[in-house]
Amino acid sequence: MVDGVTKTYGSGETLVRALQGVTFTIERGDMVAIMGASGSGKSTLMNIIGCLDVATTGTYELDGTDVRDLDDFQLAQVRNRKIGFVFQSFNLIPRTNALMNVELPLIYAGMKRAERRQRAEEALVAVGLADRLTHLPSELSGGQQQRVAIARAIASNPALILADEPTGALDSHSSTEVLDLFQGVNDTGRTVVLITHEDEVARRARRVIRLRDGSIIDDHRQAPTLKAVPA
Amino acid sequence: MNFESARIALQGINANRLRSVLTMLGIMIGVAAVIILVAVGSGSAAANRKRLEALGSNTLTVLPGGFGQGARGGTQSRRVQITDGDVAALADPTQAPSISAVVPSVRIANVVVSYNGASTTPAQELGTTASFAPVRNYPVKTGSFITADDEDNHSRVVVLGTSVAKNLLGDATADPSSMLGATVQVGAGQYTVIGTFESKGSNGAQDQDDIIVMPMSTARDALVGNTGTVDGLTVQAKNRAATDTAQNEITSILAARHRTTTTSSFQVLNQASLLATQDASNRTFTVLLGTVAAISLLVGGIGVMNIMLVTVTERTREIGIRKAIGAQRSHILGQFMVEAVLLTMLGGLLGVVVGLLGSQFTIVGVEPIVAPYSIVLAFGVAVLIGLFFGIYPANRAASLRPIDALRYE
Repeated sequence: MVDGVTKTYGSGETLVRALQGVTFTIERGDMVAIMGASGSGKSTLMNIIGCLDVATTGTYELDGTDVRDLDDFQLAQVRNRKIGFVFQSFNLIPRTNALMNVELPLIYAGMKRAERRQRAEEALVAVGLADRLTHLPSELSGGQQQRVAIARAIASNPALILADEPTGALDSHSSTEVLDLFQGVNDTGRTVVLITHEDEVARRARRVIRLRDGSIIDDHRQAPTLKAVPA
Repeated sequence: MNFESARIALQGINANRLRSVLTMLGIMIGVAAVIILVAVGSGSAAANRKRLEALGSNTLTVLPGGFGQGARGGTQSRRVQITDGDVAALADPTQAPSISAVVPSVRIANVVVSYNGASTTPAQELGTTASFAPVRNYPVKTGSFITADDEDNHSRVVVLGTSVAKNLLGDATADPSSMLGATVQVGAGQYTVIGTFESKGSNGAQDQDDIIVMPMSTARDALVGNTGTVDGLTVQAKNRAATDTAQNEITSILAARHRTTTTSSFQVLNQASLLATQDASNRTFTVLLGTVAAISLLVGGIGVMNIMLVTVTERTREIGIRKAIGAQRSHILGQFMVEAVLLTMLGGLLGVVVGLLGSQFTIVGVEPIVAPYSIVLAFGVAVLIGLFFGIYPANRAASLRPIDALRYE
């Protein structure tokens, strides 16, 4: 999927090489942890995988499509249908209840009201928040907010769930719950990519990729890939 | 998508209520100002027209002297005094066949009228003849108007307007007809009240009921002196179509009698043409007021843009999240455009309500008349302003790159 990707910022003397030729392929149904210290380029990599940014050189193919061939409109569609994001700081829309937050990607996908409401409710039930549908983000704990974010990520049934330090802002108890959820999501055949610097998170992954200074220094498998279920 | 944009936009407006209300206030004031000021303009135009129509549309007013008198001096624009002889000549049906009645009047300047210790100075104090009431459209309510006999006999009688009667009775709710038969003092003399006029109300510029009328001969005897001249003439043409002919007859008779070739030595005011001039100047007045109001609407619009820019900056992160989960450019654009238009639309609606309420009150003596076009125009412009001033902030929001927007703190 990712082939010889480099990403540079700035130019001349202030040139920063965030990624220096990273190549790897993630198979469908895998659960991969991308690890590295801050400044290792993992956030840049995540932005590229998430179609939020484009590589300076090299190619990134998602589901066989080179994202460089896509325009803004198509990129938004890809983010909407194929990728579900989970962020460290939850990134729920403030002053908007849990159900509406989860419905949001479905609204942008143009889904009809009744159907998306049902899908959103199902997603919230799946993350164990059946009794918090109408709560605002400010009325939820960190763990609960992150579960809403996961519900939002899975609601549109994407093939790839991309999580950036999903447990970074949570206590250990909530972290365990959230990681259990990711494992559950992966068990249903979806690909999960976790960006993290916590070993505990990496231990749950089937495969761990370590980055340092924009290059891969280690890539090893801890568990076999789940036999992919076509998404 | 439009419906969803509206819902999301409503949430945005609702999330920051005070700010939204203040923004709407700017638009509201602008719209209300347009409606009220245009209504005031139309109201004063209508009042002017009413005043002129009250004079009778087939009447002509003749005033001594002309525009520019004194400025040119000499014989060129000599000030002509209208004399009793002129009045008789104009009233002569062989010389002036188009004229049906001539009403001369003399102005009695600021003489105090008193009764039972109460006193007042009516705005209009006139000495005139019997045909004043029908020609100038001043119907008598109780009692009778001065007659030709009163004029011949120099009778010491007066007819009062309702405001004068009420002032003399010292009670705004008093019945003016109770003054009938009373003796009032005008200046130094005693006069008997023989009638009261029907109330005509205000004509927009002055209270038409603040009037006292007596025979012209009486007025000359006691108050203005026997000059043989009059201060004004109201001439009634036989009918509306004859007013222009009548105007020509007056001009030629007066010019011949005073051996003047210039018509600037006296003025013949034709109500119909006066009406047209007044209408034109009133339109200018209305446009002027409307422009001032429109500027305030524009300022309100700039307020909307300002707030929308602040909102976009403040919600950069939210925009980033929305884009990350798949919002198209058009979704973001729609959300902020709808928010701006909703703000101005709600403000505009409030403005229409306030404008309509405000137009119920009398403003500086003018009863405003709401012009339907001003409502449509003001509201329409408010919505357009929302569109126009919403484009830039919304476009800025839609153009944000998701990665930058997400990183924004």
